[in-house]
Amino acid sequence: MSDERPTMSSSKSFEPTCPLPISAKNTVQLAHGGGGRLMQELIQDVFVQAFHNPLLDCLHDGATWPVEKGTLAFTTDSYVVRPLFFPGGDIGSLAVNGTINDLAMCGAKPLYLSTGFILEEGLSMEVLQRVAHSMAEAARAAGVPIVTGDTKVVDRGKGDGIFINTSGVGLVPNGVRVLPTSIQPGDAILVSGDLGSHGVAVLSVREGLMFDGKVESDSAPLHHIVGDLIENGIELHCLRDLTRGGLASVLNELAVAAKVGMTVEESAIPVNDPVRGACELLGLDPLYVANEGRFVAMVPALQAEAALTVMRRHKPATLAARIGFVTDHNPSMVVLRTVVGTHRVLDLLSGEQLPRIC
Amino acid sequence: MEVCGGQTHAIVRFGLDSLLPKNLELIHGPGCPVCVTSVSLIDQAVCLASLPGVIFCSFGDMLRVPGSRGDLFGVKAAGGDVRIIYSPLDAFELARKNPDREVVCFAVGFETTAPAWAMAVTQAKQSGITNFSLLIAHVLVPPAMETILSSPQSRIQGFLAAGHVCTVMGYEEYEAIAQRYRVPIVVTGFEPLDVLEGVAMLVSQLEEGRIEVENQYVRSVSREGNRSARTLVDEVFEPAPRTWRGIGKIPASGLRLKSSYSAYDAELKFQRELSHLAEGKEDPECQSGLVLQGLLKPMDCPAFGTRCTPERPLGAPMVSSEGACAAYYRYRSHATPVAGS
Repeated sequence: MSDERPTMSSSKSFEPTCPLPISAKNTVQLAHGGGGRLMQELIQDVFVQAFHNPLLDCLHDGATWPVEKGTLAFTTDSYVVRPLFFPGGDIGSLAVNGTINDLAMCGAKPLYLSTGFILEEGLSMEVLQRVAHSMAEAARAAGVPIVTGDTKVVDRGKGDGIFINTSGVGLVPNGVRVLPTSIQPGDAILVSGDLGSHGVAVLSVREGLMFDGKVESDSAPLHHIVGDLIENGIELHCLRDLTRGGLASVLNELAVAAKVGMTVEESAIPVNDPVRGACELLGLDPLYVANEGRFVAMVPALQAEAALTVMRRHKPATLAARIGFVTDHNPSMVVLRTVVGTHRVLDLLSGEQLPRIC
Repeated sequence: MEVCGGQTHAIVRFGLDSLLPKNLELIHGPGCPVCVTSVSLIDQAVCLASLPGVIFCSFGDMLRVPGSRGDLFGVKAAGGDVRIIYSPLDAFELARKNPDREVVCFAVGFETTAPAWAMAVTQAKQSGITNFSLLIAHVLVPPAMETILSSPQSRIQGFLAAGHVCTVMGYEEYEAIAQRYRVPIVVTGFEPLDVLEGVAMLVSQLEEGRIEVENQYVRSVSREGNRSARTLVDEVFEPAPRTWRGIGKIPASGLRLKSSYSAYDAELKFQRELSHLAEGKEDPECQSGLVLQGLLKPMDCPAFGTRCTPERPLGAPMVSSEGACAAYYRYRSHATPVAGS
């Protein structure tokens, strides 16, 4: 076959062949957010197929369900992560687990989730399918259905592939009051597992860093652990998941909100060797690195051991540890007892942690 | 004096100074490459990063350091293509993958990072890559130590030399300094126990009246250092005068590319674009020069923690993770904590 193409002009620079239109089946186009047939196709072929459940399948403007008596918890979070897929998870499972965990941290049993997608024109449909299936899988595994949603498409270059928002509603059992203001001097501070894996896993793929020993994100739903703690009669004063800013930032927020001091023991804080090594190399402090499946709990000191026993029964919390205590000394301040036995302030960071030079 | 910012960080982070007898004072030295990079060089970096078509590569620490015309984060926010890199070879890869763009790198650091930059430059030359250049802010430790020791205000009775710098360079050249200025030197690591052992070795020398160069960091440092790294650095770089932020110009205290590699020198390549820049001006309130020479403790600076914070720094030592002011702000900004019970 000849390589010659038909020409309409003698100009060599003129390229007469129209590029083949990229199929609406292969990539996201602006029309997928335009309300027409393509949008209906997208909703049916991708989202309904992945998420389907009786409340969603009504395809109404919202989901409705009868309400029990009691206290509701309601939360929302938006997910922006690069790359979209990383060792141990992806933006989809993260968006489901993250919002479930925010509800769990209120002491609530998560009931339903909503999701909003902002898609960038040109996004591969295969990528969107993978993300949607990952969300569906995470929602199914957690037993919390996605019952309503929305999609918008923005011009190419105006987004970063996919942004996802999820909101969630949950039911708080009677008598449970998990709040920063419930924290009492004397409470034990427990952490549900080793720290820093999510942040290091994402950083390693984003920046193409090679570390000895694979580091996988700790992304996981935590509501079963919290439910089990409540069922076993643990008086949960406060819970907080250790996402952006890590343990150090969360303890500072809680110390300020509860107007108490906190003392933590550096040597008791679990950090696995690959994460510690990667952080050492990059000049990052694992106490400030993000987690997506870890939380801190403030419980009465007398119940600390019982709470740890319950937590360690669950896979994401097998390394749960008691790391410190709440005190009325140094209100609004977190003090770290270092590995050499000295004391120092564990402060908030000024901005992002930046890798150092040497 | 501990020379290296990494050691300062360990001392303040672990509160090691509080474990020492009261008559022993640790003075923090100038060993933070970010802190000693001159305002003029940061202004040049900001200028080059703002040029259309340029991909500007820097280590993360450098992005927040203020010059007289803003910082590199500001350039990024205004649309400049500023990338944080983790290794000089990443920048070389960027140049290879983007032949239509100019990749300019802020080559900052002590002897520790120089071999990696030398490697990137030799690889660029071997692969015939021409869209790659370095804005060099490299500094050398021994000339700075000599400058500090020559100052009539110097109170330094012993040095903890920087373990990582000596891993590359060895410690032969410190032997002459020790004898010339009659000051013991101990090559020291960065773990809390390394620093404490280094201090103990220095004190023993002083008590016994010895003046030697000793090596505490034996698991990493040998007397001759890393020969292949030194050969690579000598192949690509030569000593040059360098202005240290807050201290001033020190002869032969920096590195520049040898003439056979001058095609990779961003200051020459972008001479025209850089020619209009005025001499950079330090914020007059910043006393980092005194801090970097060990003449002022960060907390004794009137601007510390008030008009100068990591969010709004007046000078570089408040920015870098290895800067003395930032270390004090982060770990000592409040009253010394009381251990609760």
